[in-house]
Amino acid sequence: MALIRTIAALLMLVMAFGAVAGGIELREFDDPVTEKRYRDLTASMRCPLCENQAIDDSDAPISADMRERVYLLLQDGQSDIEIINHMVQRFGEYILYNPRLESRTYLLWGLPIALVLLGALVVVGMVRARRNASAKALSTEERHRIDALINRKGSS
Amino acid sequence: MKRRLLLLLLPVGFLGLALFFYQGLALDPSQRDSALMAREFPPFEATTLRDENRRVDQTLLNGEVTLVNVWGEWCPACKQEMPQLLDLADRGIRMVGVNYRDTREKGMQFLSEFGDPFEINIFDPDGELGFDLGVYGAPETFLVDADGVIRYHHKGYVSPQDVRDRILPEVEKWR
Repeated sequence: MALIRTIAALLMLVMAFGAVAGGIELREFDDPVTEKRYRDLTASMRCPLCENQAIDDSDAPISADMRERVYLLLQDGQSDIEIINHMVQRFGEYILYNPRLESRTYLLWGLPIALVLLGALVVVGMVRARRNASAKALSTEERHRIDALINRKGSS
Repeated sequence: MKRRLLLLLLPVGFLGLALFFYQGLALDPSQRDSALMAREFPPFEATTLRDENRRVDQTLLNGEVTLVNVWGEWCPACKQEMPQLLDLADRGIRMVGVNYRDTREKGMQFLSEFGDPFEINIFDPDGELGFDLGVYGAPETFLVDADGVIRYHHKGYVSPQDVRDRILPEVEKWR
């Protein structure tokens, strides 16, 4: 019991240290808007090394470098698009969680819209077909067949 | 009949997409082209590893096909690939090193211990040039043609097979 408690305490201590280490990067911003832009930008870029983490969430050295660069460019007065271009020029389209709309990504962005439109067309087509079918009157031949079927059922 | 065909489109389309995505699963996300492919080597200004008074810039790479290897003393794979780099230098290929996030002392010690295939080493202690090259871990190797344009990029360890099957053919191609 005592052992478990000691281990738990140690774990907590380690986690607390981790939290402190993660938050040690203090940055000063002139205004809350810039700070928000910094958070959004670093949350929207993928760490090139760790692949499933945004650079604001990663301890990889390259992520620290990239955060630092984003910060410096923000202090330099660059716009979000300029900063994104700056990073993509060096690390590739790969680092953007939301790929930009360009000829290479038309299919990627367009396919969901195209599929929704296609689905809507299919539904419209089906509804229309059904409506036409019910509105159509029966031909004499069909009427005879139905009569025959009903009669057969009644007599058995 | 027409309706049948239309209905058939659904499973066929589904299968097609499934196959497409399944293939994507097998791709290695770490094997991707450098964003600098077919672009000019980024401009830089730095000192060299051996001489803190000597300044070099991107014109260093003009005039001859050059392999630029980004390395650091702290990087185990850099030690492992040294024999391959020495082999490449022996074949008469011009090698330039980028000493990345390192100290002069450790970098020079590394070279005296594991061999020095480099004509010159660009000293990049803060990773400035590395950042402009999109380096996110050493070693990385770039092939730069005589006009200073990046033509090939090798991420990570260079094995003897990589030398034979990839790097030498690329060097030949751009010479």
